[in-house]
Amino acid sequence: MPAHTRTFRTYFLLLLFVALRAFGNLALAWGTKRFPQTLSIHPAPYLQAMLDPFAAMGIAMLIFSLFARMALFSVADLSFVLPVTAVGYVLAALLGKVFLAEPVSPGRWLGTVLIFAGAALVGSTPRNTTAGESQ
Amino acid sequence: MKWALLSLMVGATAASDLLQSHAMKREGDDVTEGARGLMRLLKLIARRRDLILSIALLAFSFFAFMALVQAEPLSFAVPASAGSFIVETILAKLVLKERIGGRRIAGTLLVLGGVILVAR
Repeated sequence: MPAHTRTFRTYFLLLLFVALRAFGNLALAWGTKRFPQTLSIHPAPYLQAMLDPFAAMGIAMLIFSLFARMALFSVADLSFVLPVTAVGYVLAALLGKVFLAEPVSPGRWLGTVLIFAGAALVGSTPRNTTAGESQ
Repeated sequence: MKWALLSLMVGATAASDLLQSHAMKREGDDVTEGARGLMRLLKLIARRRDLILSIALLAFSFFAFMALVQAEPLSFAVPASAGSFIVETILAKLVLKERIGGRRIAGTLLVLGGVILVAR
C-alpha cells in the first residue's frame, strides 16, 4: 500500500473511531440513566438495560468502534493510537454538556487544550515504529 | 465501588489493547483493506485466540463501564478510564518494543494531564 494511502487510511480510521466511540458512549449513558434499577454484580439488569433503544444503539456503535480501532492497530503503534484518540474525551465532555446538561468547568476547558496539544504532538511522531519487525 | 469498577476497567482495557495491537501488527494492514475488510477482520477474530481473549477482556471492561456510567457523570467515567495511558505506554515499549521518543512521551503526558483536568 502506498505511504500516502496508508496515512489517509490511518486518519480516516482515527476519525471514524473517535466519532463512533463518543456518540456510542453518549447513547449508552442516555439509555442506562433512564434505566430504573441499579446495575451491580447480577447480569440480568445489564441485559434488561441493553433492551433500551438508546443503550442498544450505543452498544452497536461501540462494537463498530472496536472494529475501527482494531483496523487502526494494523497501521499504527498502540503508543500512537492512545493519545491521538484522546480527542474523543473532549468530544465526550462536550456531548455530556450539550445533551446530558453535565457541567463543564474552566479546568475542563484547560484540560481540553492540553489534550489537543498532546494529541497534536504525538500526531507529529511516526505512527508505526515497529513496521516489518513482527511480520 | 466507584474505584473498584475503575480499576477493573483499566486493567482489562490495558490487557485487551496489548493483545489487539500485537495481533493486528502481526497480521498487517492488508487484512482490513477494501470493501471486504470488515468480513476479513471478523474471520481473523474467529481464527485467533488472542483476539477472542482481547474481546472477552474488553467485554469485562465494558460491563464495569456500564455500571460506572450509570452512577457517575459521563464526563467523569470516560476520561477517568484514561488512567490506563501510562500503564499501556510503558507496556507498549517493554512488550511490543515500540520506539517511544521524547515527543511521544511529552505528548502522552500532556494528554494525561488534560484528561485528569477534564475528569475533575
